[in-house]
Amino acid sequence: MSEQTRISLEFDVEGDNFVSAGKASEAVKGNLKMLGLPPTIIRRAAIVMYEGEINMVIHAKGGKAYVDITDKDISITLKDEGPGIENIELAMQEGYSTAPDAIRALGFGAGMGLPNMKKYSDNMEIESEVGKGTTVRMKINIQPDSEGQQQ
Amino acid sequence: MQKNDQIHTVKLDKDKCMGCVSCMKRCPTEAIRVRNGKARIHYERCISCGECVRVCPHQAKKVIYDDFSIIEDPRFKYKIALPAPSLYGQFENLDNLNYLIEGLLKIGFDDVYEVARGAELVSEATRTLFDSGKLKKPVISTACPAVVQLILLRFHDLKDNLLPVQAPVDISAKLAREEAAKKTGLKPEEIGIFFISPCPAKIHALHSGLGVSKPTVDGVLSASDIYFRLLPAMKQVEEPRDLSQIGIFGLSWAASGGEAATLLKNKYLAADGMENVLNILKELENGKLNDLEFIELNACIGGCVGGVLNIENPFVARAKLQTRRKYLPVTKNSISQTDKNLDYFVWECEPDVTNVMQLDEDINVAMALLERINKIEKILPMLDCGCCGAPSCRAFAEDVALGEAKITDCHRINVEDLL
Ligand SMILES: Nc1ncnc2c1ncn2[C@@H]1O[C@H](COP(=O)(O)OP(=O)(O)OP(=O)(O)O)[C@@H](O)[C@H]1O
Ligand code: SF4
Ligand SMILES: [Mg+2]
Repeated sequence: MSEQTRISLEFDVEGDNFVSAGKASEAVKGNLKMLGLPPTIIRRAAIVMYEGEINMVIHAKGGKAYVDITDKDISITLKDEGPGIENIELAMQEGYSTAPDAIRALGFGAGMGLPNMKKYSDNMEIESEVGKGTTVRMKINIQPDSEGQQQ
Repeated sequence: MQKNDQIHTVKLDKDKCMGCVSCMKRCPTEAIRVRNGKARIHYERCISCGECVRVCPHQAKKVIYDDFSIIEDPRFKYKIALPAPSLYGQFENLDNLNYLIEGLLKIGFDDVYEVARGAELVSEATRTLFDSGKLKKPVISTACPAVVQLILLRFHDLKDNLLPVQAPVDISAKLAREEAAKKTGLKPEEIGIFFISPCPAKIHALHSGLGVSKPTVDGVLSASDIYFRLLPAMKQVEEPRDLSQIGIFGLSWAASGGEAATLLKNKYLAADGMENVLNILKELENGKLNDLEFIELNACIGGCVGGVLNIENPFVARAKLQTRRKYLPVTKNSISQTDKNLDYFVWECEPDVTNVMQLDEDINVAMALLERINKIEKILPMLDCGCCGAPSCRAFAEDVALGEAKITDCHRINVEDLL
């Protein structure tokens, strides 16, 4: 067996830059399309990556994104040194948001990001420490025969 | 006409091309490269949107359409013109739409079937489909073939959101042919149906058959070409007869937001211009805008009035249409006037996605290529200057990895650094 091929991507996500927000997820989508992965997989990856990236921009003044793609799965790690999340369980609830009004006016802050990241990934873990930062790890399985449980 | 998706509706005039990269930088699918000082279109990626025709400062990009003489073909015993709704916006002081119809009859057509009529029927069919609850929301309009091609090429996941109804021009062509055959006693193939198009995208769609099993028209003419024939003919008309059969709904399809307005929904969005269209598609792909019911996207600024084969500035054309509307009823055509049911309006066949983005069918080969592309990209300056003949550093990295360009074509990296 040959060594498993793996595509590793790394992005700096700038904080408070709404104009370029979403650049990392655009690049990831581009890579996935070039591999010809099923549209449903690309869609799920796009959603979780975008929501995670935007969260770092809005809530954590930016961070880093690491994406690993193999023929089995897509692993996404989002790491920031922002304020951290005090109560993860609460943050995971649909509709919970601490986004200020100015940000809501831009259409963010529905409190749906984290719930959707959970819904559209096959596995998600959050580590967070107040004052230190947050790390979100997500995995999406690529199953050519069954298209995953989520729609 | 035979079904032909290989048709090239935009071509390069090599002698005029100065290799200035204007078109290459503007192409929404990165289908253009400049090699040896000349632009080259990679047709497998071309969506016929006409952006390159619009931006070329040297008029080196040509739209390929049928010559007007096609209507003289002896095969056709009865010739019908199908004017697009945007054509009504091209003329000064056209308070009475009948001048346009009379003009078309003067320049050689035996009859006119206004595409705005088909549009009113398509609007009604769409409303019925919405009510059936079977459409995947948000529903994306399929009126602009450049947008449909873009989705089939780059946004595969959105294919199921496409509105599965035929274009107004196809509906108009089918009904016109049927009506004329009945009226004249001629065989359907003896009737010549000619669409007057605002853009190369519709020309391509009519040749390739988008959502229909075989092309519905016999030729596609250009709005600009017809304009110069029509103008003097219209001036000769004294008392136009009452021939136009369209309402506000049909006419409003000419401009962005017009189709959406006829669906009588509140939750809709209408975006026009390629850049805006791309942004909306990316948002949809990211799972956003899900609370909307309908999304109308037009590749051209202003909608079809902005088509690259039109004469008038799109904003002026739109203003003209607005004054014209006030003399019209809301709608003049309904499905109940025809003997057709809903099936007649829905797609006869689904268009297929194109896999040109995919590097290789074998995922392992694709992975290896992608790894090389990403590696090459890392050493590029990421200026997207276009000097290498590719529209972006990323596209250049792809070209190098695929052996279509040499790394030394980039003049912004120090070759010695690579050794
Ligand atoms: N990276 C992060 N750093 C600090 N806090 C975060 C981070 N990500 C999420 N949070 C907190 O969790 C809350 C919920 O996040 P979630 O993404 O679900 O909603 P939102 O970002 O507020 O709104 P939406 O995602 O719908 O635009 C946020 O309001 C914020 O308080
Ligand atoms: S907006 Fe209208 S004129 Fe422009 S490309 Fe699309 S269909 Fe053609
Ligand atoms: Mg969020």
